Amino acid sequence: MSTLLELRGLRAFYGEVECLHGVDLTADEGEVVVVLGANGAGKTTLLRSVCRLVRTEGTITFGGEPLDGRSTYDVVRRGVSLVPQGRGTLAELSVEDNIRAGGYIRKDKDVRADTDYWYDVFPRLAQRRSTSAGSLSGGEQQMLAIARAMMSNPKLLLLDEPSLGLAPIVVRQLFDVLARVCAERGVAMVVVEQNAALALDLARRGYVLEAGTVAVAGPAEQLRDDESVRRAYLGY
Amino acid sequence: MAITTTGRPEAPPGGPRDVLAARRRRSAAHGLGVVAALLAAFSVYAIIDGGFQLYLQRVADGVLNGFLYGMVALALVLVFKATGVINFAQGAMGMVGTFLAFTFAEKWSLPLVLAIVVAMVVSAGAAAGIERVLIRPFDPGNHLAITIVTLALYLAFNALAALIWGFDPRGFPTLFPHDAGDFFSIGGARLYYTSVGTAVLILVVVVVLQLVLSRTKLGLAFRCVATSVESSRLLGIHIGRTVQSSWAMAAAVGTLAGCLAAPTTYLDPTFMDKILIYAFAAATLGGLDSIAGSVVGGVLVGLAIALLTGYIPALGGQFGLGCAFFVIIAVLQFKPAGLLGRRSQERV
Repeated sequence: MSTLLELRGLRAFYGEVECLHGVDLTADEGEVVVVLGANGAGKTTLLRSVCRLVRTEGTITFGGEPLDGRSTYDVVRRGVSLVPQGRGTLAELSVEDNIRAGGYIRKDKDVRADTDYWYDVFPRLAQRRSTSAGSLSGGEQQMLAIARAMMSNPKLLLLDEPSLGLAPIVVRQLFDVLARVCAERGVAMVVVEQNAALALDLARRGYVLEAGTVAVAGPAEQLRDDESVRRAYLGY
Repeated sequence: MAITTTGRPEAPPGGPRDVLAARRRRSAAHGLGVVAALLAAFSVYAIIDGGFQLYLQRVADGVLNGFLYGMVALALVLVFKATGVINFAQGAMGMVGTFLAFTFAEKWSLPLVLAIVVAMVVSAGAAAGIERVLIRPFDPGNHLAITIVTLALYLAFNALAALIWGFDPRGFPTLFPHDAGDFFSIGGARLYYTSVGTAVLILVVVVVLQLVLSRTKLGLAFRCVATSVESSRLLGIHIGRTVQSSWAMAAAVGTLAGCLAAPTTYLDPTFMDKILIYAFAAATLGGLDSIAGSVVGGVLVGLAIALLTGYIPALGGQFGLGCAFFVIIAVLQFKPAGLLGRRSQERV
């Protein structure tokens, strides 16, 4: 497995305020990596840095090529897809148009088949095709956000708290689907999660962010057994 | 492996599926109802006051003029949808485009239809260049800065046109038969072919644009950018190029509107100014983000002006601008989203 995403000494800024202070992180092709951390640790900023939505210093390499200095437009076309926190669905557009917009950058013939695939995975979305996305329930919007992000056929899927506001049974199903799809298609994932137990089941490796730096990193089993991680994020 | 539950109780069968759309329909019906009631009440007064034939003539004139205002409003809406900015230079851009068509037709003796089409293409190209050089360097979220650039553009275009073509009003040829006898009557009201042709042409443009926006990839990009710039970036949509095409389309539509208005107003560097103000009123009334709304708004503004100035002598023939301002203020006060517009309504 070769390295797909590599962050070296990444520092991120909102205006003059530095939010990440030299983060190192890697994700191999097809690998699932989880990022844990308390509120304000810089998890969301980390994902936004990769998508070039915040100003950064340090290096970001994707598929062997540097991403720093590139635009979001460029990064997305290279195969990075973000499911933002709060889902970022286009509220005024219909479900169908949101999915079409997800495949906006694709020119291949499989877009139609892919759309049907995601409607099969999420029958709720199929039922509400012509409904505006803003009138969906939270769970439906999260499904839509994930389907839309996957429609661009990414090599790397960045997920920002996919379980936020969802019923536990839905979260479990969602993670099962994600695990299967990413394994089938060889898509790597970087998942930011509060639900550490679930995320560590899904992931092979994990990072714990604390106040903008990596506090602990290692294989998922090791993190699960780590005393400090257990106490802070798993609660036993 | 399908996920069939969302952890939410199932909606009762038969209930409204799309809450937002239902709310929007109710709101539009309500607004249109109020407008229709006002119109009906005034019509009764007008018919009693001046007889049915005069009333019909005024309505026909108002509606046909209104289509023209609607077309300029449409150009405003195209740019507003993609940028959230009102293009104050829209009228001036249409004016320069009309002068170009005039020059192509008079100096190079191109057939009028061809001259107008060439002018539309040239102004679209010029607008795309202007967007790239003067608009794109600004942060798309900084609406105030961009609005001020459009004001500067308005002044620049006026000065440019005055420099090249001067202030003498010129006649502009019309696309349609326009002799004194070229009309048909309905109930005694005269409908001139020129006005009717203009209205039909505008409806065709509206239908085409509506199809482009709802069916094509470009239209999809338009609507994404209009809803959220950041989400659109994350979908790999090029914000600059999308905004650029909205400017180009708006310039072409504005030029066509100018060429259709010029035969009745005469052509000089300020001839679009008044029409632009009526278009502001039309776009505000119809909803700044609604293509169909711009035409509905245009027709209603045209009607309001024709009826109010026609039947209330105290207002005089020059009160059209006053009507436009009244419409703008009333809409902003009572129905800020306009009749067919949608404010962003999100479930939290």
